[in-house]
Amino acid sequence: MNFVVCIKQVPGTTDIKIDPETNTLVREGVPSVINPFDTYALEEGVRLKERCGGKVTAISMGPPQAEEALRETISLGIDEAILISDRAFAGSDTWATSYVLSKAITKIADYDLIICGRQTLDGDTGQVGPGLSEMLGVPFVAYVSKIEEIKEGYLKVQRMVEEGYETMEMSLPAVITVVKEINVPRLPSLRGSMKAKTAQIPVWTAEDISADTDKAGLTGSPTRVVKIFFPQRTHKSEMLQGSTELQVTQLMEKLEEII
Amino acid sequence: MEYFLTEQQQLIKSLARRIAEERILPVRAELDETEEFPWAIVKDMADADLFRIFIPEEYEGLGEGCFALCIAIEELARVCCGVALTYAADALGAMPILLYGSDEQKQKYLPDIASGAKLTAFGLTEPSAGSDAGAIKTTAVLDGDEYVLNGTKQFITNGGEAEIYTIIALTDPRKGSRGASAFIVDKGTPGFTFGKKEKKMGIRSTATRELVFHNCRVPRENLLSKEGLGFILTMKTLDSSRPGVGALAIGLAQGALEAAVAYARQRVQFGHPVSAIQAVQHLLANMAMELEAARALVYATAKTIDSGARNFTEEGAMAKVFATDMAMKVTTDAVQVFGGPGYMRDYPVEKMMRDAKINQIYEGTNQVLRNVIALELLKRKALRE
Repeated sequence: MNFVVCIKQVPGTTDIKIDPETNTLVREGVPSVINPFDTYALEEGVRLKERCGGKVTAISMGPPQAEEALRETISLGIDEAILISDRAFAGSDTWATSYVLSKAITKIADYDLIICGRQTLDGDTGQVGPGLSEMLGVPFVAYVSKIEEIKEGYLKVQRMVEEGYETMEMSLPAVITVVKEINVPRLPSLRGSMKAKTAQIPVWTAEDISADTDKAGLTGSPTRVVKIFFPQRTHKSEMLQGSTELQVTQLMEKLEEII
Repeated sequence: MEYFLTEQQQLIKSLARRIAEERILPVRAELDETEEFPWAIVKDMADADLFRIFIPEEYEGLGEGCFALCIAIEELARVCCGVALTYAADALGAMPILLYGSDEQKQKYLPDIASGAKLTAFGLTEPSAGSDAGAIKTTAVLDGDEYVLNGTKQFITNGGEAEIYTIIALTDPRKGSRGASAFIVDKGTPGFTFGKKEKKMGIRSTATRELVFHNCRVPRENLLSKEGLGFILTMKTLDSSRPGVGALAIGLAQGALEAAVAYARQRVQFGHPVSAIQAVQHLLANMAMELEAARALVYATAKTIDSGARNFTEEGAMAKVFATDMAMKVTTDAVQVFGGPGYMRDYPVEKMMRDAKINQIYEGTNQVLRNVIALELLKRKALRE
């Protein structure tokens, strides 16, 4: 069976800055990592390949430097990594991203299951997985926490819902997004790391995947980010001083005032 | 210090450090407390290919040598000497097969050792044969196409957990150590059972057990090398493994030094951090100097072995003795820098001090190894005369 894992390179920090002119994240000078939620998708892809045989491919739509993240996936056991990159893709929202990825996956053609992380750390929308399934016309389940059974054309998964778990069956090919409860991602292996150093990471452009550039990038993105801002801190904090007894007494008084 | 690691060695170092910090550090105190064998970490090390480092490429290894192995051991020991020893003892158990195994024996055993699917152990010590290794009593008698083993091995690291054992037994008891031979024994062979699991001062996550052989029949093809060469095989195996013990010691001391420096900067007495006190500074300076000297000796020995040197008994012994004496001192001083809190289990240095002690004892006590070093010196002098 063949598996495709979609990943994104994100800033490896919580100390993010926003460009006030363009309302987009400042990515320059910030170290990049594989989106943490995607590491579970990668691990599950590799495990499924180990279980069922076949091939696991990682793809990412992003600027040329996203090649680094894809190279890292090779050290984690991914067989092939492909970068989907074109100036025309710049500024894509989740709709345009789903479109571009769906075109890339259509080019891969021979796939049984597409695995994504539940959401990205930077965009935080969780929309690309479902978008992808819609555009490819295949079934979709979000928040998968366990693959119960997989065989040719059939998948049974457990997914997390607010009050517990749901078991769902579906036909393959399909798209799933996974949560961190699904596995513990492995560390890179020495053999994998050496393979990663010399691995060829093909770059597919809009033309390569027959993508309509009007449907990608800023022009293909119905979402407009009007404004991004840091919320004003409205709460006050007060440090209680003095001995432990005194602080406890003060705290009790404050609590009684509120209640 | 710059030791000019190759790209592959740098990769080994950084990966071993990641495993140590991400997988071992969070559980090291718990492993010490519960004395549980760290199977989950062994699996992580296997997945990361750490067991491939010291196995030749034709047997699914990475074909690196003693130096790369020492780097990996050092990084693991920096966080936990116990887990690092489980790894180092696996290399020790594989060593007789690497050095003396036939191609068939290597084909049969090394790929599983390289993948980490099977752990190994080396069985030499007996209740009456510690430093006096020639006094072993376990026997192996040829009966048809099988050797019949009888006897008990003691204090065997990875005992019970390992699948592959190299056992030293007497095939000709009249000849003493010259009548010793080495055998590969698989776990599960009828007549091979495990005795008492030891409760230890340090390295408590490691398994240290008795191996009991009662009419245990081992196929003739499991004899390593030839009958009577078991003692030489043992000596050569230990020569090759001693730099690894040196690496355990320098890793352990590195961890203790780092902990001591961090604590000295943070602990306030007399209105300032204790790191401002010269007496403490001198303690730290001595720890750092002695550690660097030991590291240089261990690395130089490992590189000597990798260069293809034939006899390195003296160098191996020196690296082991110097580094392990240093580690005992550095970990003891680390507890001293911590003062009272350092004696408590809330901080890691008391464990490091407990872990350090065994390194002066196993794989040749530091006293016996001083004899070995002196003997080599005197032999050389005598040869020149």
